[in-house]
Amino acid sequence: MNRPIRIMSIFCMLLFLALLANSTYLQYFQANALDAHHDNKRVRDAEYSRKRGAILVAGRSIAVSKPVKDEFKYLRAYPEARQYAHLTGYYSYIYGSNALEYTQNAILSGSDPRLFVNRLSDLFGNSAPKGGSVTLTINPRAQKAAFDGLKALGPHTEGAVVALNPSTGAILAMTSTPSYDPNKLASHNFDQVEKAWKKLNANKNQPLLNRAIQQTYPPGSTFKLVTTAAALSSGRFTPQSLVPGGTSLDLPQTTTNLVNENGMSCGGNKITLTQALVVSCNVSYGYVGLTLGADTLRKQAQKFGFGQHYFGDLNGQVASQFPQHADPPQTALSAIGQYDVAATPLQMAMVAAGIADGGTVMKPYLVDEVRAPDLSVLNKTTPQPLHSHVVTPRVAHEITQMMEAVVQYGTGTTAQIPGIKVAGKTGTAQTTPSRPPYAWFVCFAPADNPKVAVAVLIQNAHITRSEISGSHLAAPIAKAVMQAVIQ
Amino acid sequence: MSNVAFPQGFVHRRRRGAELFLLLLSLVVGIGAYAAVGVGVKGHVPADIYTYGGWLVALVVGAHVVVRLAAPYADPVLLPIVAALNGLGLAEIHRLDLSGMTGAGSLASKQLVWMTVGVVLFAAVLLGLRDHRRLQAYTYSFGLAAIVLLLLPMLPVIGESINGARIWIHLGPMSFQPGEVAKIALVLFFAGYLVVHRDALALAGRRFGGIDFPRGRDLGPILGMWLVSLAVLVFQSDLGSSLLFFGLFVVMLYVSTERPGWLVLGAVLFGAGSYLAYLFVAHVQVRIVAWLHPFAHGVNSYQLVQGLYGMAWGGLVGRGLGQGSPELTPLSYSDFIMSALGEEIGLTGVMALLVLYGLIVERGLRIALVCRDPFGKLVATGLAITFALQVFVVIGGVTRLIPLTGLTTPFLSYGGSSLVANWVIVALLLRISDQARQPPPVLHAPSEDDATQVVNMR
Repeated sequence: MNRPIRIMSIFCMLLFLALLANSTYLQYFQANALDAHHDNKRVRDAEYSRKRGAILVAGRSIAVSKPVKDEFKYLRAYPEARQYAHLTGYYSYIYGSNALEYTQNAILSGSDPRLFVNRLSDLFGNSAPKGGSVTLTINPRAQKAAFDGLKALGPHTEGAVVALNPSTGAILAMTSTPSYDPNKLASHNFDQVEKAWKKLNANKNQPLLNRAIQQTYPPGSTFKLVTTAAALSSGRFTPQSLVPGGTSLDLPQTTTNLVNENGMSCGGNKITLTQALVVSCNVSYGYVGLTLGADTLRKQAQKFGFGQHYFGDLNGQVASQFPQHADPPQTALSAIGQYDVAATPLQMAMVAAGIADGGTVMKPYLVDEVRAPDLSVLNKTTPQPLHSHVVTPRVAHEITQMMEAVVQYGTGTTAQIPGIKVAGKTGTAQTTPSRPPYAWFVCFAPADNPKVAVAVLIQNAHITRSEISGSHLAAPIAKAVMQAVIQ
Repeated sequence: MSNVAFPQGFVHRRRRGAELFLLLLSLVVGIGAYAAVGVGVKGHVPADIYTYGGWLVALVVGAHVVVRLAAPYADPVLLPIVAALNGLGLAEIHRLDLSGMTGAGSLASKQLVWMTVGVVLFAAVLLGLRDHRRLQAYTYSFGLAAIVLLLLPMLPVIGESINGARIWIHLGPMSFQPGEVAKIALVLFFAGYLVVHRDALALAGRRFGGIDFPRGRDLGPILGMWLVSLAVLVFQSDLGSSLLFFGLFVVMLYVSTERPGWLVLGAVLFGAGSYLAYLFVAHVQVRIVAWLHPFAHGVNSYQLVQGLYGMAWGGLVGRGLGQGSPELTPLSYSDFIMSALGEEIGLTGVMALLVLYGLIVERGLRIALVCRDPFGKLVATGLAITFALQVFVVIGGVTRLIPLTGLTTPFLSYGGSSLVANWVIVALLLRISDQARQPPPVLHAPSEDDATQVVNMR
């Protein structure tokens, strides 16, 4: 009977080898994948009981973990909650995390591979693992100016502001209203968190939505900057080219005509392209669009970043759109930022920044520096161009001069800053007659040495329709943001 | 063949000193783990460490003294391994007590009582049973006992269904899993029966398709026994035991007859049985689906997934005793104690435990090899195989190597019946080992293995 017993010994050995191999696979090779499952309460609890790294703006914390005496040991707190809500996001036990708390979780929670050595020393030193910190590119004064500007329009104002450094792509301000208080979602009182969450999601004004990047809007007349760029780049137009400036433009293939905002003439049957931009003449730009064609406009828009996902520091950036197919009347409408053209405020800020930077659109970024718990710098973002040669430096210079004219004596006079040359463009985008138009303003300053490019969108300020215009609502906010950066 | 392996004049050493030394190491593991749990959960060594430690020392030293007196030549490694496993299991159950998941009562102190009962029975077997061959006289009594034990949970009043499996009986405040004891009775019955009938099973019969099938009259009783136990288990929805008993049956048949054909037949029967069970038994389908797609939506796999998360969370070196969250896994003090330990002592600890289990099986099979009488050989093989299969089925299930089936983890899981039965198994192995390693009588009859060799030379 010994031979079968020996064979059974080998069989048993194989069984145990299988168990050993499988445990190794499970606890070593598969462990990270299992830790990453969203319903893994152990990992979540451990992260919640950990000293999470801070999110910093100019040396001040806008998200910080404070020690508390409950089972989680630390409570996430947001000192300037509403002003930075769409950047920090929330860190909720029940509803997960969002924005930077989500995209930078690895570093904030301390599980980033770059912190491996720190974790190892924590293990041997028997201290709890700590998270690293994230420093933002935000200029706190610009952020405050943007937030206060929107808030001043009323508590239910729906709008967004984005400010960029044109030469680096660093985001100097990004705000969206209505905002919310992430402290209410980070609370350890889960009943109240649930109530707050339900209330936020039931709110018609969508406070959780970051309008700066997560939603596209018809850019209206601010898109005329893209059309101008295409026109000057084509070689068929100069700022002095004469274009139709009458009361209406006959659209081919249709019985309707394209008219100006107020139904009046733009200052003559033939006006210069500069004059057309200064008074934001729909008739002129409809004509330019028809002359250039949809393909030329689309290519120019794509060079500025339309149709692309280029922003990863926050989650949920949607791509701006120029219609894939447009017949001539649709092309004419697209050239003035109507029809199916849709852009995020970030995208329109990048259009301004591209012109300001002499034809280079930089990749926008929000995270400037990532540091380990011992404050050693793990990563510092290097500015990268998203697209070079979007327009030639000469064309950029010409558009800049046209935009300066807009602010000097055109639709954008409300953005003038004494002693500083400002380049800008207003926009008032009609959607449906039933809802109020969107008010836009995009600009940069100083025009001769740009330090900041801004886009402001007012989606809905709950005021009478006649008072809505880019000049009236959006430009003053842009002005305040530019002043905050420059002065 | 044992007289070939050990030439005339070879005498095994007693090695009781080595056993005592290893036992002291096992006590360091058990009591150390208990202290570590206290430090991990509460920040200080438990106040009752002296009474607890003293009790554990008394049990282990008592068992050692009994072995010294009643089985001086017994294998010196088995008892220390068992003591280490039992001690670690107690510490982890105590840890889960502290997490509050086990309710108001303390499972660890109950388990310590069960361990005491186990050690008492261990001593009783060694002291009361001086020669394992006497058990052969009760072959059919064990068969009957096995059937009665398996049927008990089906009775009204005392039978009880816990977590979907009807494998418990309730007597007053005590609940008991008779299946754990039945597995010993089955091994003894199979061994006794096969020793008598193995020649007939191996030689008589007709050849069909390359496999020699035995005569119906030789096969009948044992096949009937198998069908009864299997049917009972299917009705009780206890997949784990069903698998265990079938594997045990096939292996013992193979070892006693030396015919690989039984393994082939067994594998075919197992495959067909599994497929039929998958098709027609809802309970089995649920388990298979949970095994294949544990993370899919709507799959009933919460416990398995929590166990996997726990082991992954433990990683290479574990969270440390008392510092994981094993209470998140339902039943982590019984079926899923391996995932609880995997979380707290890591892959390193799991590997150590697996090696300890592997050593128990290896020592059991070694005892079977060295043993001189065929009954002892078969009993030792059966017990070792039972152990190996049980460990494979439960740990394989928890770590998602195979579908999950409910079985206790020997010596680690909370559960009186399992613990007591396993202590008896170790006692039986030590008894056979003592018999096998004693200096042989100067005159001894030719071993029955010679007859086996004749068969081989046919």
